[in-house]
Amino acid sequence: MAINEETVKQVAKLAKLEIEEESIHAFTKEIDQIVDMVEQLEELDTEGVEGTYHGLPQKNVWREDKVQKGTDREELFKNVKTRKDGYIEVPAMFDNGGSEA
Amino acid sequence: MNFLDYTLEELHEKLVNKELTAVELMESVYENIEKTDEKVGAFLTLSKDEALAAAKEADENGIDPDNVLSGLPVGIKDNISTKGVRTTAASKMLEDFVPVYDATVVQKLKQAGMISVGKLNMDEFAMGGSTENSALKITRNPWDLSKVPGGSSGGSAAAVAAGQVPVSLGSDTGGSIRQPASFTGLVGMKPTYGRVSRYGLIAFGSSLDQIGPFTRTVKDNALVLNAISGTDDRDGTSYRGETPDFTEGIDKGVKGLRIGVPKEYFNEDAKETAIVESVRKALDLYEEMGAEIVEVSLPHSKYGIPAYYIIASSEASSNLQRFDGIRYGYRSEDIGSLEDIYVKSRSEGFGLEVKRRIMLGTFSLSSGFYDAHFKKAAQARTLIRQDFEKAFEDVDVLVAPTTTSTAFEIGGKIEDPLAMYMADVLTVPVNLAGVPSLSIPCGFSEDLPIGMQIIGKHFDEQTIYRAAYAYEKATDHLDKKPSFKGGE
Repeated sequence: MAINEETVKQVAKLAKLEIEEESIHAFTKEIDQIVDMVEQLEELDTEGVEGTYHGLPQKNVWREDKVQKGTDREELFKNVKTRKDGYIEVPAMFDNGGSEA
Repeated sequence: MNFLDYTLEELHEKLVNKELTAVELMESVYENIEKTDEKVGAFLTLSKDEALAAAKEADENGIDPDNVLSGLPVGIKDNISTKGVRTTAASKMLEDFVPVYDATVVQKLKQAGMISVGKLNMDEFAMGGSTENSALKITRNPWDLSKVPGGSSGGSAAAVAAGQVPVSLGSDTGGSIRQPASFTGLVGMKPTYGRVSRYGLIAFGSSLDQIGPFTRTVKDNALVLNAISGTDDRDGTSYRGETPDFTEGIDKGVKGLRIGVPKEYFNEDAKETAIVESVRKALDLYEEMGAEIVEVSLPHSKYGIPAYYIIASSEASSNLQRFDGIRYGYRSEDIGSLEDIYVKSRSEGFGLEVKRRIMLGTFSLSSGFYDAHFKKAAQARTLIRQDFEKAFEDVDVLVAPTTTSTAFEIGGKIEDPLAMYMADVLTVPVNLAGVPSLSIPCGFSEDLPIGMQIIGKHFDEQTIYRAAYAYEKATDHLDKKPSFKGGE
């Protein structure tokens, strides 16, 4: 199937990516070629074949139900860009808290 | 110290006999890196102060005579978390990220007494086969500085090939240890899926990723795998069975060993005839040494590339959702809303190849395409795994070329993503099947190393090492050293 610019924009939206307008044409062509390549699989008969989704067939791995020390809270904040009152600070979600617009 | 001249056991002996202190050794490591890394560009971060302090401590505590790795230097691929040492995955996204914990493999190497020298360059998030996708620097092949070192673990390969460190760790999702080992004349192991804990490895394709060692010799490689293997409560996919001593029986030879030759891996019409010729010569040698050579078929091999690129990219698109600009990593300056943080941070922080993979993966998982892509690829994966299982009913190991070409020019393929993907044709089926595979040097073509992979049954790395060791002892490829020629 051929991938068009609309599909690329839609998928980018799902992936939370922005593809620049000037490169969308070239990008679409590349993705189209890659999708064409992976769709070689269409010719393969997989009727009745179970899928393999894991590297190792291992189920229900348990550990002992024992309290273990976690990582120090301050340590975990070391890579946080902005913080306030012990939380991670992010921009207002609803148009500047509703005071404008 | 140039590590091209010594094995780990020889270095250990020097430390135990006090011919050399750990501090002297470590000082010479950095002198050598300063001399060579301007050309090679293997390292992204050096931890000189920490490494020298650790070496001093090793000298004070005394080198453990029973522990061959004690006091020896190691380099770590930059997608493996190192506490307090910047870990970037060669991405702008993590350019200033400093982990607050060590990966299990790093902890294990420290327990074994190894000292981390620094962090090694790679393709961004391990996506690529040339290390050119690094957002941070270019790494060159010590055998010819105008060529790539391979990828994605190109820094790990280049550092050992250049003699900067005797050992490095890399990771292999679709060939990222074996292909660079092949391009730089090294021994590189992709262990059985589950053999080595992935805790602290920045996830790419979680059902495929494995960490493994780069070394110059086969036995060195087995010694390092001994140190990093084992069950880990922090990785639910780590193998719950026993870890053997991988050096045990390594010198037993190959008499009576049944070696399978997968016919799909020998492209007799290939442009570079030297690769297939070298591997055929190696097979003749194995036969002379008493092994039985059996032709086998892995009929679904040609579906390896499409199945791999769907599965690895789908898992990546999911794994890389965590990079949202909130808790850690790059955050765009240009933000007005929460949605902006996500979209702009990701769009500015990820490089082009990473975006391609996320896009392919998101597409393959999206409703309407899931059945034709992701589910179909998972079914193809079953058929590929069964190919290996069937072959291993009859043979002990498989031997094949690791790559379809030797190291290529820097800039040679980077504009053609599809050509770069197709080059993984001989390595990805192994990851899909989860079996172990070791690449070892088996000759040269125009002064560039050729690699041969020895593929084993699940959790049978021992037989691989035994076959590799016998070959290494019977040949003299190790005598040839990189020239550092070429480049600008």
